[in-house]
Amino acid sequence: MSAWFGDIYRTLFKIELAVMFQYRAAVVIWLIGLVLQPVIYLVVWLTVAETEGGRVGDFDAGSLSAYFLIMMVVNHATFSWHMWEMGYRVRSGSFNSLLVQPLHPFHRDIIQNMAYKVLSLAIVLPVTALLWWFFEPTLTPEPWMWIALGPAVALAFLVRFFFEWSLALLAFWITDTSGLNNLYMALFFFLAGRMAPISLLPSWGQAIANALPFRLMLAFPVELLMGRLTPEQVMDGFLTQILWIGLGWLTVHLVWTRASARYSAVGA
Amino acid sequence: MTTIRCDNLTKTYTVPVRDPGLLNAAKSLFHRRTRDVEAVKDVCFELAEGEIVGFLGPNGAGKTTTLKMLSGLLQPTDGQVEVLGFKPFRRQRDFLRQITLVMGNRNQLVWDIPVADSFERNRAIYGLERPAFTETVDMLVELLDLAELLDKPVRNLSLGERMKCEVAVALLHRPRILFLDEPTLGLDVTMQRRIRTFVAEYNRTSGATVLLTSHYMADVEALCERVVVIHHGQLLFDGQLDDLVQRFSPHKTIVVDLETEEADLSDYAEVVHTEGNRVTLTVPKELTAATTGRLLADLPVIDLTVEDPPIEEVIERVFTQQLQHDPDSTSDDSATP
Repeated sequence: MSAWFGDIYRTLFKIELAVMFQYRAAVVIWLIGLVLQPVIYLVVWLTVAETEGGRVGDFDAGSLSAYFLIMMVVNHATFSWHMWEMGYRVRSGSFNSLLVQPLHPFHRDIIQNMAYKVLSLAIVLPVTALLWWFFEPTLTPEPWMWIALGPAVALAFLVRFFFEWSLALLAFWITDTSGLNNLYMALFFFLAGRMAPISLLPSWGQAIANALPFRLMLAFPVELLMGRLTPEQVMDGFLTQILWIGLGWLTVHLVWTRASARYSAVGA
Repeated sequence: MTTIRCDNLTKTYTVPVRDPGLLNAAKSLFHRRTRDVEAVKDVCFELAEGEIVGFLGPNGAGKTTTLKMLSGLLQPTDGQVEVLGFKPFRRQRDFLRQITLVMGNRNQLVWDIPVADSFERNRAIYGLERPAFTETVDMLVELLDLAELLDKPVRNLSLGERMKCEVAVALLHRPRILFLDEPTLGLDVTMQRRIRTFVAEYNRTSGATVLLTSHYMADVEALCERVVVIHHGQLLFDGQLDDLVQRFSPHKTIVVDLETEEADLSDYAEVVHTEGNRVTLTVPKELTAATTGRLLADLPVIDLTVEDPPIEEVIERVFTQQLQHDPDSTSDDSATP
């Protein structure tokens, strides 16, 4: 069983990579958006910091730059787009070919996501290096933080993927999910720390962000590398991430059974 | 051994109803109306292992919905369905590994990469051992003449070439059950024949069960001894193709070659077609012998043949007549009037 899954992941990863090589322009355009957004936020916050005497909350110019540049890389590593695709699959009946094969569509999507990340990393890393040189961020992590970063990002990816895939399944009930997706993105922007570090939110906003999984999808690994978390808080973060992944798995499992029962395979 | 069993299989879709116009669109925001459409109703049939059965019906008859239920894409609203002992809708891996569904132009092939890569993808998904996979690919390449196509990106293939590759990729795991929905749709005659020959050969060598829908009667005649006819979601006929013709065609076609041209045979039977000294007549089945005798006795006949009408004509008659209201029109083993 595990050998079979290993073979599937290896083979499909190579094939998805080959497909993406055919869409070089699209990959680059996606990346421009992905890079541009945090850079704009960074410039805005740097301007705010300047007018406030060089600091905003507990961030100065160097730490703001570090926050948004690390966040850009973590966001690239953890983002997914399948909730935007699911509605089309359901409406057009293009799910058919996926459903008659002995592989859960979840795996195909996760492999596709990973292939995209690996391919685009070749652009994201040099761009980050260039921006790093330009904005001169302040970052002095301890070795254990670098070690903990890998698992933190991997778990953040899984929390986000399970959460967004569960959300995507609502496409089986709602014809057009784009409104719902936009609502989700609005919440994500504020509560995941994408628009601003969570510590800059009012206390009630921080309480909500800490109660929901959004922070663990993005801000947690960034805060970790910036040395803003104690080892205990990091361990606590890992455990909460694992808890959300378990909950996400259960949700996907339960909702999928009901969702696919509603599938009417229209249009094909 | 029975491989497919449907028992009162029913699928009802709930569809929204809205009158045209902006006002009605606004009204529908507050008062949503729906209606139930019975796409398939109380359909019963069984297929034995190794059978090739034609599944016939006009557009919207419920053929594709039935195939989707049999392959696990759709959950039946009512009734029972069993394929290879599995409940298809559960989509267990062991079930999906033993079936395939080919639906017209919709594909399992990946559009942007060479065909061979799609083959490789299915090898991994179905967990095929390399030697068996290679052997199957070789067989498919030979039978479907794919050698030139394997390294071409799918988007560069013609419709016929793509369809051949679709069929091949769908059979890599050597399924025991083939659901073929219009596999020759849009193909030229040569390509249709190639696909037909292949399906027959695959059935013969593997013993697979095949349920085939097609609007091309040539497909059905070439491959299927038995047909299941469905109309408005209900079963109209289930039996041998020959029986369908016997049952639903009250006429025979007589083709007579005469020594003289332009003979008027309208006194003998209805003249369908005249071309030179060849005249095609249609007669009520019970008058065939008498009419034939009279023709031979009265006229300088060179040759005379009695044929069943073309299958297209019979099928058209099945659909256009109100056979569903005539209890005598279904065969003994069919489910509903």
